[in-house]
Amino acid sequence: MSDSLIAITGDDFVLVAADTTHTRSIMVVKESGEDKIMELDSHKLLAASGDNGDRNAFCQYVQKNSALYRLRNGTPLSTRALANWTRRALADALRKHPYSANLLLAGYDASPTEGKPGKVSLYYIDYLASMQQLPFACQGYAGHFLLGLLDNGWRKGMTREEARELLDKCIEQLQTRFVLGAPKFAIKLVDKDGVHVIESADA
Amino acid sequence: YQRRVRDRHSTSFQMAAVSLNFLTDDGESHAPSLGLNAQLAPHFMVPQGNPQHFLATAHEGAAKADKLEFAHGTTTLAFKFNDGIVVAVDSRSTQGPYIASQSVKKVIEINPYLLGTMAGGAADCSFWERQLGRECRLYELRNKERISVAAASKILAGYCYSYKGYGLSMGTMVAGWDKTGPQLFYVDSDGSRLKGHKFSVGSGSTYAYGVLDRYYREDLSAEEACELGRRAIYHATHRDAYSGGTINVYHVKEDGWVKISADDMMTLHDRYTADAPN
Repeated sequence: MSDSLIAITGDDFVLVAADTTHTRSIMVVKESGEDKIMELDSHKLLAASGDNGDRNAFCQYVQKNSALYRLRNGTPLSTRALANWTRRALADALRKHPYSANLLLAGYDASPTEGKPGKVSLYYIDYLASMQQLPFACQGYAGHFLLGLLDNGWRKGMTREEARELLDKCIEQLQTRFVLGAPKFAIKLVDKDGVHVIESADA
Repeated sequence: YQRRVRDRHSTSFQMAAVSLNFLTDDGESHAPSLGLNAQLAPHFMVPQGNPQHFLATAHEGAAKADKLEFAHGTTTLAFKFNDGIVVAVDSRSTQGPYIASQSVKKVIEINPYLLGTMAGGAADCSFWERQLGRECRLYELRNKERISVAAASKILAGYCYSYKGYGLSMGTMVAGWDKTGPQLFYVDSDGSRLKGHKFSVGSGSTYAYGVLDRYYREDLSAEEACELGRRAIYHATHRDAYSGGTINVYHVKEDGWVKISADDMMTLHDRYTADAPN
């Protein structure tokens, strides 16, 4: 709950931000440098929050299974298919034992037709494995502070600069109002050219 | 010819089984006369009544909640600096209000170039870190190369994660020097694994962090760094009831770890307060 994840989509990109801290009760175990946005493949990002062990294990599980699919079938899974697979995997895990991982899955899919632009999508999957495709999303307490701001500021077809400005406002807002507002956020972007690291998690 | 006595009440050591009745008896004297009667070997003269009874009742009533509560009662720390890694720990083991030991080895020497620290359940830490040592050795044999600290810590985190929810209690740090340089990882029983350059784990960690965070510099000399580690643990042992005993300090260098010092916390207290201005 104390982890913050934010994602904003444009027409042809998705911007994903995650805080870089690791806290345990009253203590900051790691104040920066924890990368919570995993690169599933060349054009997909999986940001995860929640219990550190569950988060790490689950993200790696999704990443490796995504790679396995690609190796077996010669082509990567689409974002939508992978999101549904991920949701199902989380639901199954949850029905075996308590599980705490909240996810934001963002990806770019090239168009099946040559020359046509591909599309980006963002999926919100919470720890109970409910899923929704959204234009922008938050995980953790961040949502309480930011969804109003995002509802107000988000437009369809935002440029990268506009999205980055909106994201910066969001981060600033968390730092102002959220007791656990981390100073450092890692930011990654996915578009037709793949994954770009805008702000590295490393201190 | 020795007649084998299989009688339950016999205290002779020549029996097939050792009688433990002396633990539960009500104080009737079974003490043999020593020397002349060679058939009856001497048995334990327990000084304080009945230890079995004591252990069974030590955690009753108000102290019941303390029983088997692994609250990571300890202080351990490790930090990277220019000259490697300093690892410093206390040595107190507690069971609720009872101090079980003042001389626990909380740094586990996994192999000559890898150290693990212990916080939480002593058995969990020492067993799994020893298991890690075996796995590291197998890696060396199979790959003709030392295992990296990242891989070693990941093996340990894997053990923890696979037992997640089953009550393992471990808050441990894995420190070593491999071909990528000095590396420090924090691994705990939730399955967390964090790479970092400074960690303190245990009930006294907040006190240790105070000193450690404010006086840490990357360019500390080896001696200054060891003293910083020692001092940080000392302050934690002073304030935290569940930390104390001896302060053990290790230094991880390129060619392996070295044990630097083992100082009784009370001796350090006298030394530090003698140095203090007032």
